[in-house]
Amino acid sequence: MTDVAIRGPLPRAGSAARARMLRATLPALSLALVVIAIAWLNPRAISYFGFSLMLNLAIPIALATIAQMFVIAGNELDLSIGTFVGFVGCVTATWLRETPLLGAAILLGSIGVYALLGALIHLRNLPSIVVTLGMSFVWQGLAILVLPTPGGKAPEWLSAIVGFKPPFVPFPIVAALVIALVVHFGLMHTSYGAILRGSGGNPAALGRAGWSLLRVKVTLFALAGLFGVLSGMTLIGITTSGDANIGNGYTLLAIAGVILGGGEFVGGRVSPIGAVLGALTLALAASPLLTFMRIPPDWQVAANGIILIVVLAARVLISRREA
Amino acid sequence: MSDPRANIVKLDGVEKHFGAVRALNGVDFVVDAGECIGLVGHNGAGKSTLMHTLAGTLAPDRGRIAIRGAVEENYSVVRAQKLGIRCVFQELSLCPNLSVAENTRINHASLRGFGWRRRAAALITEKLDEIFPGHGISPSDIISDLSIGRRQMVEVARAFTVTEDPLELVILDEPTSSLDAHTAGQLLAFVRRFVAGGKSCILISHLLGEILENADRIVVMRDGKVALTDAAAAFDRPRLINAMGDTGVWEPARAHAAAAGRSAGPLRVRARPVRQDDDSELVAHEGEIIGLAGLAGHGQTDLLLAIYAAAGRARSHMEVTAPVAMVAGDRQSDGIFPQWSISRNIGIRSLARLRRGILISPEREAELASLWKAKIGIRTPDVENNILSLSGGNQQKALFARALGSDARIILMDDPMRGVDIGTKLEVYDLIREEARNGRTFLWYTTETDELDNCDRVYVFRGGRIVATLNRGELTEEKVIQSSFSEVAPS
Repeated sequence: MTDVAIRGPLPRAGSAARARMLRATLPALSLALVVIAIAWLNPRAISYFGFSLMLNLAIPIALATIAQMFVIAGNELDLSIGTFVGFVGCVTATWLRETPLLGAAILLGSIGVYALLGALIHLRNLPSIVVTLGMSFVWQGLAILVLPTPGGKAPEWLSAIVGFKPPFVPFPIVAALVIALVVHFGLMHTSYGAILRGSGGNPAALGRAGWSLLRVKVTLFALAGLFGVLSGMTLIGITTSGDANIGNGYTLLAIAGVILGGGEFVGGRVSPIGAVLGALTLALAASPLLTFMRIPPDWQVAANGIILIVVLAARVLISRREA
Repeated sequence: MSDPRANIVKLDGVEKHFGAVRALNGVDFVVDAGECIGLVGHNGAGKSTLMHTLAGTLAPDRGRIAIRGAVEENYSVVRAQKLGIRCVFQELSLCPNLSVAENTRINHASLRGFGWRRRAAALITEKLDEIFPGHGISPSDIISDLSIGRRQMVEVARAFTVTEDPLELVILDEPTSSLDAHTAGQLLAFVRRFVAGGKSCILISHLLGEILENADRIVVMRDGKVALTDAAAAFDRPRLINAMGDTGVWEPARAHAAAAGRSAGPLRVRARPVRQDDDSELVAHEGEIIGLAGLAGHGQTDLLLAIYAAAGRARSHMEVTAPVAMVAGDRQSDGIFPQWSISRNIGIRSLARLRRGILISPEREAELASLWKAKIGIRTPDVENNILSLSGGNQQKALFARALGSDARIILMDDPMRGVDIGTKLEVYDLIREEARNGRTFLWYTTETDELDNCDRVYVFRGGRIVATLNRGELTEEKVIQSSFSEVAPS
């Protein structure tokens, strides 16, 4: 009766860890692939100016993806993040510029609403998909009330921040690095971050250890609200004016970014760095790549969807082979 | 026991009801400092409810909980931790997506701030080294990458780690169920050291030898009450089994089916495991009950699934000559449709017979369900009730009814008696033997050696291969165990 005999058929930790490492490098690989494709199609795009232009909208997408990632970390899904970003954009382009105090109060209040949604979903045990789908219409309606027709103007200080031109490295890349590292530290390295992720892994275990699952869920949703607000503000800083429908596509992009970045819908398996890489990949694949491939704008949205399916399918295939 | 200081825990008249079920029916229970209590009882006796009450995860409906002589009014998980009472639950309480160190942090609110990860890693490594020397677990390993045995080692070690709260009592629920003999021995030796140090332990195990050898005092529960308490030395195996109560006659069915010696009927199944490298194969004839034995997860379920897939199709290494039905072992994930009524759950395997035109006839469905409700004794007022209204044992009966009520002549059973109470088991054993006499063939994977007594022939599996074929006459527990464990390490 040797140990080996009994442990024999069980998987070894070493090979599983290697597979996980490979999976973790997938987001970086897919980003590299898209960049190489762009470089091949149009070598001139690979420059300081080119990246500034191509990654112009990557930062708001990355922030929205991070927001979605916090929700997914707790085994929930937020279908309202896109219209929420649009609502924040409308508030930013109007009240935040004209009456900054009121604007700031509204934005803080909307983070509070997100926190309350987390509490509601936990306390009443509601499916988050239903609650956030309903909220997506609420945010959309509010956005139209705030800004019935496209217009408004970004506050000057905001335009100045997103217009910042650091030496050598384009701003979107610097910002993406900062976002990825800050969130990575917060979620993957702090002691409460472990609790937040644990709530997706085994909520019952957290409850038995005496942690408040209500507090965890509220925290995750409040963080989603915070990053949604940041996403809407940077989006307006870049586009300089608001539109109630400006963020509608972000819901899908944010979910796809999390999954492309190595996250999983359930189990608390998320990666902030991966999510940011996923968002950058999607931002590049969405428009610049298609333009360089000379696909007419009418077909770009459909092509976008197909790229998304192909990329995600590839990820699933590769992950399965590794696992 | 008169000195309240010496009591770690004292329960007086604790009751807990779930609907009409009295899980705890007035339990008086004492744990003294420096003793190891063995807690035994059949499924449904109230062990796990009692344990959840002690851990603070369930609040009792009535009765008094006193910890170290002080009555606790608002007893909770947090309070239990403050007072030094820990619990290792049978179903693992680790977050599979976190590392070993991060899982340790979850149980210690004080592990935070700068360097928490290093401190958590040191804490758990020290305890693992102490309990399971040579464990081979790194604190940065992600739990889902670890084998089930190592996960259990982490879980156990974590319960014994101490930061700011004291540690007085650890409740271990089936702590050795996923450990091999060597690590189980390490754990039990550690428990003895722990108790010798003046701390207390409650050990719950279905391995009576473990209880008899390691407990100072044994508490036997039956029907939500403490049926008997005595020093462990005063017990032996028969007395313990006897005290656990009305288990019916624990007389193996040997005599019953041994009337066999049956001349073999037509061949029903002939199958070879994929990894079989000699010419052993599983053969089942009409009316036979065939056991698949060995340690859990050594290829028994894989072979059943392969036979299921091969039914009605020609495969070179397999021959299945009659319709097949499967009784799942993990009924929550593989068995029941939780949204459906009992009758729908039973009828799903027989839809072809229940049709009228292109629709399912509710009358025929209810008829089939009522027939099997009576035949197998499903305890419900109405078969139209949701399946979840049944107790676990009765849900399993419904799954048997699904298979036996179908046209299948071959029934595959994937360790279906897991977590089923003894009364239900005996009823189902009778039914299986009766159905076998009527010409059905059963392929029965079981992890409980006692159940093999029902079988005409037993195949023992190891490492995905059949390593022994035991006919009824030569079947003994020793032989099964002997074949299940390999003498030499596989290369």
